[in-house]
Amino acid sequence: MGATLELKHLRKAFGRKVVLDDVNLDVKPGQSLVIIGGSGTGKSVSLKCAIGLMTPTSGQVLVDGTDLHAADKETRDELQSSFGMLFQGGALFDSLRIWENVGFRLIYANNMKRKQAREAAIEALGRVGMGEDVADLYPNELSGGMQKRVSLARAIVAKPKILFFDEPTTGLDPIMADVIDKLIVEQVKDLGAAAISITHDMVSARKIADEVAMLYEGKIIWRGPVDKLDDPGNDYVDQFVHGKSEGPIKIAAKV
Amino acid sequence: MTMTHAVFTPFALLGRLTLGVFAALGGPVLFAGQGLKAAFTPRWYLTELMKQLVRVGYLSLPVVGLTALFTGAALALNIYTGGARFNAERFVPDIVALGITRELGPVIASLMLAGRVSAAMAAEIGAMRATEQIDAMRTLSVDPFRYLVAPRLLAAVITLPILVAIADILGIYGGYLVSTRTLGFDGPIYIKNTWNFLTNWDVISGLIKAAVFGFLIALMGCYHGYKARGGAQGVGLAATLAVVTAAILIFAANYVLTTLFSGAG
Ligand SMILES: Nc1ncnc2c1ncn2[C@@H]1O[C@H](COP(=O)(O)OP(=O)(O)OP(=O)(O)O)[C@@H](O)[C@H]1O
Ligand SMILES: [Mg+2]
Repeated sequence: MGATLELKHLRKAFGRKVVLDDVNLDVKPGQSLVIIGGSGTGKSVSLKCAIGLMTPTSGQVLVDGTDLHAADKETRDELQSSFGMLFQGGALFDSLRIWENVGFRLIYANNMKRKQAREAAIEALGRVGMGEDVADLYPNELSGGMQKRVSLARAIVAKPKILFFDEPTTGLDPIMADVIDKLIVEQVKDLGAAAISITHDMVSARKIADEVAMLYEGKIIWRGPVDKLDDPGNDYVDQFVHGKSEGPIKIAAKV
Repeated sequence: MTMTHAVFTPFALLGRLTLGVFAALGGPVLFAGQGLKAAFTPRWYLTELMKQLVRVGYLSLPVVGLTALFTGAALALNIYTGGARFNAERFVPDIVALGITRELGPVIASLMLAGRVSAAMAAEIGAMRATEQIDAMRTLSVDPFRYLVAPRLLAAVITLPILVAIADILGIYGGYLVSTRTLGFDGPIYIKNTWNFLTNWDVISGLIKAAVFGFLIALMGCYHGYKARGGAQGVGLAATLAVVTAAILIFAANYVLTTLFSGAG
């Protein structure tokens, strides 16, 4: 079963630059939430705060009601062991074989024997549609799409309660993107996990989301079910979803 | 918002300055503390340690051996030339042995490793940082200090004394070669002189230095890699910083240790 994740009044500033101002979100087991928003609005930063890679300036990240960042180290390790994350760039360990990548947590955190870990890794690879033949290759011997799938297998191998996906389909061809989207939906359903995904890809967002939230200027300005996306009743969301350069969101031409 | 900024600006500035100084000194110290804690408490990743022992130790043998050999040879020539001015040529074996074991063996081997090992560590860990592999490791509940930093620190501290012991032998052998082949020394007498002159402490103090230098080499490699920012450029900078800071720290630590040892020896 999954766990409930809540972000409460999350604020993150780098020096004087406020990236997240007041972010409030929650996801329940079996639910898939997609965060959309322009480049550099802090989507990745909010995921990194939620998973514990970054410490928020203030606010809370609650996992089944326990504050991740206020908890002692043991509790935090315990909570984090039920997370799985797919990184924007895949982030596979390039010095390790594919099966060692997938089984990394099992070998090095859970003390599983290598033989067993290999079996579990191959099983997880199977779940993302990859065969045993890739198990002994290295990440740089695979295409970008295959690396994403391996990364997905690595995120789900220990049956996490909360899944984080940072732009799972960016840079993939539409067919591979569809494969990944389906895999994500399947995993959320199979594991009953709570999932938060980030994407710029509206096609993908419609496939994986139960609900969509839009991040703009450090706040969640809209949240609604995925079928409301075409008629959100919010000019910002409307502009973003339909990719118009005209509207309330101003993109600075000069950076 | 604007008000608070106006009120706190001088404090913020002072704060940032203090933080800056602490970051420059405190960063590596805190990092070393975390690294040592990971190195001396379970759990250990022995396969990683083995990998590093091979990389740091075994693969450095040719470089260290060759530099030691040539250094010993050059040292013998210089001491002979200098000694000739006082009619003290016969001290060549003694001074070569002393110079190599106490000073040149540890320093030169460590400098070679600063170039070879620090840079490689910084580049590898920096690239892992840039491609989010370190973040990924943390989300997989594996502490990068245990998996990446501790094995490198331990490997360097273990192998440097061994490498320096080999450098000592080859350095002395370099001096022996030059002395017997071109300076007219008698081989058995040269060896006997060296053996009688050297004390245990000459050798041991050099090996202690080596362990300390090894720690500094691995520490700078790991630290600068871990703190690398940005892409390829950041990784390149990390490698450069690792080599430069490791080399400077080796010289500084060498002076401090020599001062301490000169009281003890
Ligand atoms: N470690 C950091 N230090 C300083 N600033 C940072 C750091 N990480 C992110 N930022 C800043 O925070 C802002 C948000 O970054 P983030 O990566 O979350 O954007 P994003 O919404 O994920 O964008 P994209 O869609 O392009 O991935 C950016 O302006 C970025 O420069
Ligand atoms: Mg991002």
